Amino acid sequence: MKPGTRLKSAACDTEVMVIRGADVAVMCGGAPMGDAKPDAPAELDAGFAEGTQMGKRYVDEAGRVELLCVKAGKGSLSIDGEVLRPKEAKTLPSSD
Amino acid sequence: MNISLLLQMAADADPDRVGLVCDGRRWTYGELLKASKGAAVLFRDSGCSHVGLLDESSEAAVLALFGAAMAGIPYVPLNYRLADPDLAALLGRIAPAFMIGDVERIQRLDGDSGHRLNTRADFVAAAEAAAGDIEVADEAGEGIAVQIFTSGTTSAPKAALLRHANLASYIFGTVEFCSASPDDAVLVSVPPYHIAGIAALLSSVYAMRRIALLPAFEPDAWLSLAASEGVTNTFVVPTMLARIIARMDEGLKPDLSGLRAIAYGGGKMPLELIERALQLFPDTDFTNAYGLTETSSTIALLGPQEHRAAFESDDPDARARLASVGRPLPTIELEIRDEEGRPLPAGERGEIYVRGEQVSGEYRERKALDADGWFPTRDAGWLDGEGYLFLAGRADDVIVRGGENISPSEIEEVLLGHPAIADAAAVAVPSAEWGEAVGIAVVARPEQVAPAEDELRELIRARLRSSRVPERVAVLDVLPYNEMGKLLRREIRALFANG
Repeated sequence: MKPGTRLKSAACDTEVMVIRGADVAVMCGGAPMGDAKPDAPAELDAGFAEGTQMGKRYVDEAGRVELLCVKAGKGSLSIDGEVLRPKEAKTLPSSD
Repeated sequence: MNISLLLQMAADADPDRVGLVCDGRRWTYGELLKASKGAAVLFRDSGCSHVGLLDESSEAAVLALFGAAMAGIPYVPLNYRLADPDLAALLGRIAPAFMIGDVERIQRLDGDSGHRLNTRADFVAAAEAAAGDIEVADEAGEGIAVQIFTSGTTSAPKAALLRHANLASYIFGTVEFCSASPDDAVLVSVPPYHIAGIAALLSSVYAMRRIALLPAFEPDAWLSLAASEGVTNTFVVPTMLARIIARMDEGLKPDLSGLRAIAYGGGKMPLELIERALQLFPDTDFTNAYGLTETSSTIALLGPQEHRAAFESDDPDARARLASVGRPLPTIELEIRDEEGRPLPAGERGEIYVRGEQVSGEYRERKALDADGWFPTRDAGWLDGEGYLFLAGRADDVIVRGGENISPSEIEEVLLGHPAIADAAAVAVPSAEWGEAVGIAVVARPEQVAPAEDELRELIRARLRSSRVPERVAVLDVLPYNEMGKLLRREIRALFANG
């Protein structure tokens, strides 16, 4: 999973861009993400349905992976069952 | 991560929001994306190695920046204020380029080095006409997004390289996507060839502000555009702010009630100017940003609350922070080091080193990062006990007299304390005895006479040390600055060398 790779959810509209990657399988809405959407959408797992927000960067606890949400959807991103959380960025005053 | 994604996301989120206003034309984010894709097709099909801009700010700068990114070709905005021989040399270094802007000048200077020449109007029309989708050439963003020639205040211009990853990391670390409301507008008046001009476009697109683009800075036009577009944010260099305030003090008072935030940087802000600005705009947030081309813009900032706290404080240490550039960004590591590269404690002056993903520290000619990824900025400075960074000139400007290092700023501060002196600079002059000695150039205040040479020497001897006493003194009508307010010390040195 290299930086710049685009992953699409099989279960919702979510799309992410890999900013920092690792050799892990990313899921969205409980289903594996891939380069393309499957012909038949996967069922959204109620345990992974908090939704994604455009422009948020999602990271895992261990800090291996950083994914930028470029299209929002209903599913939650996860790796090995761990739901990824949006990175809390310190709010900075605009400097340009 | 290719920086064209920033525009793609803005257009996906709200294609109908106005993203750019320039010369009376309004562009939505959807239109900007479409024309940038068209520009990318033109660039890719040209077979050129660079995309060059020789022009004032306009929509062409936006389309060229994002179009070049999509095509995977470095974008090189050139300084149109350069003298002919200097510009000709830079044109030669980027051939063959897809050139946009002053076609006649390029033809006159460059003969035929294979550039493809396009006027602004022709380029914009062609980009709009060349519809169609383009596969982003460098999705991972490992390549060079922007190449900026440094201003060359101390030496020949270097070609600083900013990779997509550097710029994207800066934007992600400092800007929240779509954080602007549809009414927010930013006035961009810094030239397109300056890193602040690039950063302003990228930040504003990602925040989804409406960008009111001023082709070239002029105070009356700035005030008029700020009022007519209901501008909420802006970035200025100190000389721009001085000229804006001078016009307001002369009675030009457009409605700037919407102006919530003014950021400034790019040169030393005189204390009296920022104090006047804080009085004149009591409800506006001021942010001082410090950064370099090689660091993808801002690496430290002094925020609005810190400005007001310093301005209102009676504590001299706190008040002094108004003259600082604030604290490093959370995503930046910063150290002050001595000449051997050893970290120095707070309060001691040395060279500023920085590290972080946004730091490129890379030139076409060489990479300036050390083995651990630290970039020596060549800026001198020191940190106070609370971590506030104070700048103290360029490390290259240090005068080495008989093995003793002399900072120009210590001499300049003493000179500026003289009531008859409006501006002053200290530089190294050749000395047979000491290797280098001090030369000073001073400018008298209006309707005042500059102090005699002996008086100036005595002032410095009394306040500093005898080694600081200038060997050469020049009284000038004005010191040489570039258009961004940077003092051109090499010109002062040349003045002493030639006479």
